[in-house]
Order: sequence, then C-alpha cells, then structure tokens
Amino acid sequence: MLSLLQIAFLVAAFLTIVSAIMVVSTPSMVHAALWLILTLAGVAVFFVLLNAGFLAVVQIAVYIDAIAIMIIIVVMLTQEATRQRIRQVSKTWWGAAIAALILFAGLIALFTQTPALAVDAPTLAMSQEALLEDLGTALVDVNRYIIPFEVASVLLLAALIGSIMVAWPLVRGKDEEVDA
Amino acid sequence: MIPLSWYVLFSAALFCIGLYGALARRNALAILMAIELMLNAVNINLVAFWRYITPDIIVGQAFALVVFAVAASEAAVGLALIISIYRRRHTVAAEEIDMLKW
Repeated sequence: MLSLLQIAFLVAAFLTIVSAIMVVSTPSMVHAALWLILTLAGVAVFFVLLNAGFLAVVQIAVYIDAIAIMIIIVVMLTQEATRQRIRQVSKTWWGAAIAALILFAGLIALFTQTPALAVDAPTLAMSQEALLEDLGTALVDVNRYIIPFEVASVLLLAALIGSIMVAWPLVRGKDEEVDA
Repeated sequence: MIPLSWYVLFSAALFCIGLYGALARRNALAILMAIELMLNAVNINLVAFWRYITPDIIVGQAFALVVFAVAASEAAVGLALIISIYRRRHTVAAEEIDMLKW
C-alpha cells in the first residue's frame, strides 16, 4: 500500500521525467525551454520531499526565475537559427541514445549491489528552522564551508564580468576583419 | 516512507536523459538545457544522500548551493557565448562552430 508521500513522489517523478524527455526531444526551442521550467519545478518538489525547503525556494528563484528566463530570452534572440524546420538532432543521435542507455543500465546494476540504498530516512534531530540556521552558519563558519562559499561567490563575479565581456556588442570595422 | 533507492533511480534517469540531450542535440542552446538537467540530477542525489545517510552534517545541502552557483555561472557564460557566436556567424548549431577544429 502506497502512502501519501509515496504517491506524491511517483506523480512528481512521472511529470519530471516526461517533461525532461520533452526537453531533449521537442524540435521547437521555445517549447523545450517551457518544458525545462516544468522539469525544474518538479525537481523543487523533490527538495520539499527531502526536507530541504530552502533549496526548493532557491531552485525556483535561481533556476526558474533566472536561468530559464535567460534561456528563453536567448532562444528569442536567436530565433532565426533555431527555426523548427532545421534538423535538431545530430546524425549520430543513436550513438548518444546507446551511451545514455548503457550508463543507465550500468547505474541500475550498481544500485542493486549497494545495500546502503535500502535504508529508511532517519528522523531529523533538528527542527526545520534549526536546520536552516545551521545551513546559514555552516556557509560562513571559518571551520566549515566558508572556502567553497567564497570560491562560489568569486566564480559568480567572474562569470558576471566574463559574460558581459563576451556578449559585448560588435564594434563595426574592428571585429569584422577578424570574422572574415 | 520513500526509500532512498527511488531518489537515486530517479536522478539516474534524469541524468541519462540530460546526457542524451547533451550528446544528440545540434543546437547549442539545447545542449545547455540538457546540462542543466544533469546538474539538477546531481543536486537531487546530494540532498537525498544528506537526508538519508548524514542528516547531522549539512554538507549535502551546502554543496548543493555551490552547484546552484556553478549552474548559474555556466548558464550566464554559455548564453553570452551563444549570443556572441550568433552575432558573428549567424548559427547556433554546435557542429558549425568549428573554427578551432584542426
């Protein structure tokens, strides 16, 4: 007998997998980006099921609000080159499908040999608020994860500056001779 | 209660779908979206193992946040590159961007 949580898991998993398959298979880039939003929302459901509410909010704020919208804008900017009539999969797509299937089969074979996967979720020692507070202090605690946190922030700054540099408008005359 | 194997199985499926998309699609934008799928699968794994194996150490969630930052940077730089290439060469097909190929 399935519990309510298990039913929620199965429904969310089904929706997420179906929309992920649509992301990689639909010929229209705009549709792929919209399916991607549904996939990302499905992943947020799993964060909620795993008692990681903060990550679910970050998933929606960063992935759906920022990344997915940015992708849609770029799809619209490059509309001419992404029209549907253009072939969307490469000639060796079957090779990619075989590689993905082999990886999936190998992972399943690995899972069946891992007894640690059969464990049940232990009850959390802390309340949700205490967990969130612990996550916050862990990220700025000198003895814990401040280095990865600072590296991530430097990486974000570098990516910000780098993407502005890369996407800077073309200077007529100067860039064109390089293109030829 | 939901067994850990369900989460691991689900994220393996999501990762493999993303892998197929990254390898098979011609459009650089679609490849970027497939990479986002793969990063999401990894994040689910990180949080699931935190919840089931080490609930006392918050490292799983902390590292998932770092993955979020990396995904945001990757999307920003990748999309800037696509815009720049589109402006110069009027294409977003990965196989036509081959100036560096021997």
